[in-house]
Amino acid sequence: MIRFDHVSKRYPGGKDALQAVNLHLPTGSMAFLTGHSGAGKSTLLKLIALLERASRGQVFLDGENLSRTSKRRVPMVRRKIGMIFQNHRLLFDRTVFDNVALPLVIAGYRHQEIGRRVRAALDKVGLLGHERAFPITLSGGEQQRVGIARAVVNKPKLLLADEPTGNLDPDLSRDIMQLFEQFNQVGVTVLIASHDLDLISRMPYAQIHLEQGQLQNTGEVAGV
Amino acid sequence: MRLPRPVHNYLVRHAQVALNSLGRLYRTPFASLMTIAVLGIALALPSGLYLLTGNLQKLGAQWDGGANLSLFLHKSVSVSQAQALRKKLAQWPEIASVQLITPEQALAEFRELSGFGQALDLLDDNPLPAVLAIKPGAQYSTANAAAALTEKLRALPEVELAQLDLKWVKRFNAIVEIVQRAIWVMAALLGLAVLLIVGNTIRLEIQNRREEIEITKLIGATNRFIHRPFLYAGLWYGLFGALFGALLVELALLQLLDPVRRLAGLYRSSFSLDMLSAGELFYLLAGGAFLGLLGAWIAVGRHLSAIEPR
Repeated sequence: MIRFDHVSKRYPGGKDALQAVNLHLPTGSMAFLTGHSGAGKSTLLKLIALLERASRGQVFLDGENLSRTSKRRVPMVRRKIGMIFQNHRLLFDRTVFDNVALPLVIAGYRHQEIGRRVRAALDKVGLLGHERAFPITLSGGEQQRVGIARAVVNKPKLLLADEPTGNLDPDLSRDIMQLFEQFNQVGVTVLIASHDLDLISRMPYAQIHLEQGQLQNTGEVAGV
Repeated sequence: MRLPRPVHNYLVRHAQVALNSLGRLYRTPFASLMTIAVLGIALALPSGLYLLTGNLQKLGAQWDGGANLSLFLHKSVSVSQAQALRKKLAQWPEIASVQLITPEQALAEFRELSGFGQALDLLDDNPLPAVLAIKPGAQYSTANAAAALTEKLRALPEVELAQLDLKWVKRFNAIVEIVQRAIWVMAALLGLAVLLIVGNTIRLEIQNRREEIEITKLIGATNRFIHRPFLYAGLWYGLFGALFGALLVELALLQLLDPVRRLAGLYRSSFSLDMLSAGELFYLLAGGAFLGLLGAWIAVGRHLSAIEPR
């Protein structure tokens, strides 16, 4: 699903965020991306979502060489990915339903289809019945679930999560991780950046460790 | 007729975005009304003046003696010949009315008005020629048409001298023309103001919704999807601004209607002010909507591409 081929990223100003990273994440696998703040975790995720472009090397997503992706096609690439953020990035002037429906509205789904899928996604994250609520009235854990529902609502092949449990207590974090496991079990490829080593060391998934922009292990994640 | 599904979906989506943009204006009524009022005033000024000059031109065309032609006939032409000529000329499509002033009438009038009565008594015979006073039809009262008509009349064998009193028509037309040109300049400037006002309003709107724009880009929104609500907002601003402008113009004209009618009555004229016609209203609304859309388009092009998610 994801392949990095000697990828380097240098930001203007000369900081090397990633150096010659080789990585392979097969379809249907699940892995954690670990490392200190500033080790390049976010940069790696950004390269996959085309929020940044590699300075050198090539990134492949689902067989597509992202270094050749035109600007016009960027939205189409992003629609294949469900993204989850530490600070949730919800729209606070819209209801839970409208937040979750956004990817479907963008993709131009029909009205009835949107209602059906949004309720299915909310059901999966345990928030059915909160459609009319505004995100501000929900707890941090619930807001993150809304973010996850939004990420999975149009059934992406890949889920990228950047510190999804960063602001949550251990119990809530475990619940969220279990949600990701459930999505992985139905075939979604999952890559989670996290520094919650305590939690992820107890889970049976590959860890990709970054230090100062360099990969510390082989980057070959076993297929399923 | 049933539309193909993709076309139908596309139209439904546009209708939704249009309504959403409208709802957004409605949710901030005070700010929206302020913008619309400013746009309305900017659009009302040139349209109102345009209507006024239109009315002035109508007035000029109606004005009795807008262009007066005097034909001085040869002394050899008899009164009955002059009568015949008058009848003939009255048939011309260019001519609204012809009045014959015989030498006797002319003399009597001259005697009365000039105060030379006794001096005239000394003359053996009447030195004055017969005169045909001609009023051209409304379409022939313009400077050029009236001059052409004068040339045509001058060629008649009975005519010794054809005199066109055009001075004030020319002056009036020249003034109206200057005013009209000034209105066009003003309309261009105020149109530019409308563009800038809408552009600035949309720019602020984009800044306020920066987070939302970033998020929608993050989850795969195309630029067109993101542009659309702002373009519709511009369209609504322009349209409502124009509507408000039309309302201002009509209200202002209503204020003038009675005094103008009273003044016209004093001059025994049936002149009355023209309000906005349906066609003019349409052009005003379409122009306002177009300027709003254009202003939004410029703002969107300048400011939206600068927002990229991080």
